[in-house]
Amino acid sequence: MEGWDPNTKSTLTKIPLLTTKAGPRDGAAWTQRLKDEYKALITYTQMNKSNDNDWFRISAANPEGTRWTGKCWYVHNLLKYEFDLQFDIPVTYPSTAPELELPELDGKTHKMYRGGKICLTVHFKPLWAKNCPRFGIAHALCLGLAPWLAAEVPILVDSGMIKHKDDAASSAGS
Amino acid sequence: MEVELKEMLEDLEALKRTLSDPSHHDSIAKLQQHVERISDLAKSVPSRRSKVQDMSAEVVDSNPYSRLMALQRMGIVENYERIREFSVAIVGIGGVGSVAAEMLTRCGIGRLLLYDYDKVELANMNRLFFRPEQSGMTKTDAAVQTLSDINPDVVLESYTLNITTVKGFETFMESLRNQNFRPRNGDGGVDLVLSCVDNYEARMVVNQACNELNQIWMESGVSEDAVSGHIQLLVPGETACFACVPPLIVASGVDERTLKRDGVCAASLPTTMGVVAGLLVQNTLKFLLKFGQVSPYLGYNALKDYFPTMEMKPNLQCSNAACLERQKEYILTKPARDAAAAKAKMEMEASSATEIPIHADNEWNISVDDSYDIEKTDLTSSSDALPEGLTRELPSADEFQILPVPEETSTSIDDLEELRRQLEALNAD
Ligand SMILES: [Zn+2]
Repeated sequence: MEGWDPNTKSTLTKIPLLTTKAGPRDGAAWTQRLKDEYKALITYTQMNKSNDNDWFRISAANPEGTRWTGKCWYVHNLLKYEFDLQFDIPVTYPSTAPELELPELDGKTHKMYRGGKICLTVHFKPLWAKNCPRFGIAHALCLGLAPWLAAEVPILVDSGMIKHKDDAASSAGS
Repeated sequence: MEVELKEMLEDLEALKRTLSDPSHHDSIAKLQQHVERISDLAKSVPSRRSKVQDMSAEVVDSNPYSRLMALQRMGIVENYERIREFSVAIVGIGGVGSVAAEMLTRCGIGRLLLYDYDKVELANMNRLFFRPEQSGMTKTDAAVQTLSDINPDVVLESYTLNITTVKGFETFMESLRNQNFRPRNGDGGVDLVLSCVDNYEARMVVNQACNELNQIWMESGVSEDAVSGHIQLLVPGETACFACVPPLIVASGVDERTLKRDGVCAASLPTTMGVVAGLLVQNTLKFLLKFGQVSPYLGYNALKDYFPTMEMKPNLQCSNAACLERQKEYILTKPARDAAAAKAKMEMEASSATEIPIHADNEWNISVDDSYDIEKTDLTSSSDALPEGLTRELPSADEFQILPVPEETSTSIDDLEELRRQLEALNAD
């Protein structure tokens, strides 16, 4: 795992790996995969909470579990910046990772593709490809979104592209 | 307008004749000159050309196809007019796809199906095709607007959707199956799919659809540093599919360690995208109209002007189930295909023998030797078989053994609803 910080590495290894290789068009196998996804997400969320590093909320937005919505946040200079998070499970999942979107930041940073899809590091896709089908949503958040927020939020704040909302800090807090 | 102006000229002429005083003639002549200038201007005002019933080879200013039909007269293409029977689907109407669409439109392609979910933005203006005043329109609608003006003979279908979502994919598959334009024997409704998307995820989706539909397609790509690109022909079962082996990219020759990626996702150049679109449509025309050699893979390194080529066999262990099915079908139909090829070769040699007297030694030499075929590279057995200047974009998936699922003895919950509730409970506090 070249190119990753030790923290991300050690967190990643504690998230349960998935075993079912199935996408949203695979019927019963997808249901099995969804169960794996939930188990990994539950473990990861619990782990974050116990490490005092709670940083996202995510839930399936439809019964099929193909669209997910939630929130993620990052603390910079003791202030909490929170963003809507959304993504679709692609039809070729898990061969390809979900493309994580932060729609509120669309157009505010170069590290983003059209529609608010975050621009992942050169290390993400190779690692995902190598680990198919063992990585799931929880791994994508840990390897993709967490490092992105850590790198980009300070830049966005310092350049004045985003402002802190005082009232947003308390409402969805940990 | 032309008629009105003509009448006005006639009225002025009549007025000139009825006026006895010649001192007015000068001013009337002046008026006539003005009207004539206006009529000239009126003729140059853009007007939509009407549809053309048949492609004609007649060389006149008003024939939009004369130069294309000349390909037939010169013997490059056997039957150019067949182009009107073909349907081509273009996925991704960006820097490459929009230019490819314009080229095919100008060539008089029968039908184009255009797919994109994005809108035209001012940030796209360093690329070809779209105009600033189209900002805010969907790329598919803006493309239809321009293309139907250029050539009203082309049947255009626009699909504003994201093919990677479950719903978008269903519509995508359905549109590729639709045979309304021209009934045909096979399952598909299009002759070729061109992938002009800018990301791996969408390419894998096009691959999935084409493997399932047994649809021949071509891949195209421009690197994120804008200085290299490639095109690739994919024939399900016969060539490597996009999932068979990790995608091949042309090495730009720039040391990865010196490449600064800070602060940007991707660069783009209209030149590189135009070159790749040109290579893609050239290969498309050769494939559809059956002339020249259709390239299985053609790379483009803009920094060195280097064009590597290669061929790739399918991977017997491909992770894509539909690919494996197509591979099986291809092997099953091999004897029949070989026999047909041998027969065609015999016939061709027989006919050429009547024209050119061949050497006596060769008279009965009807071997079906395929040595003219480029040796296909078996990428699954050796990873270092790549031609110079090509590299893998991604690693292969690690050997993955499916672990035996533990019996339902453990305390672990295996009910989806219960798991969902657990996550929601964690989310609530
Ligand atoms: Zn394959």
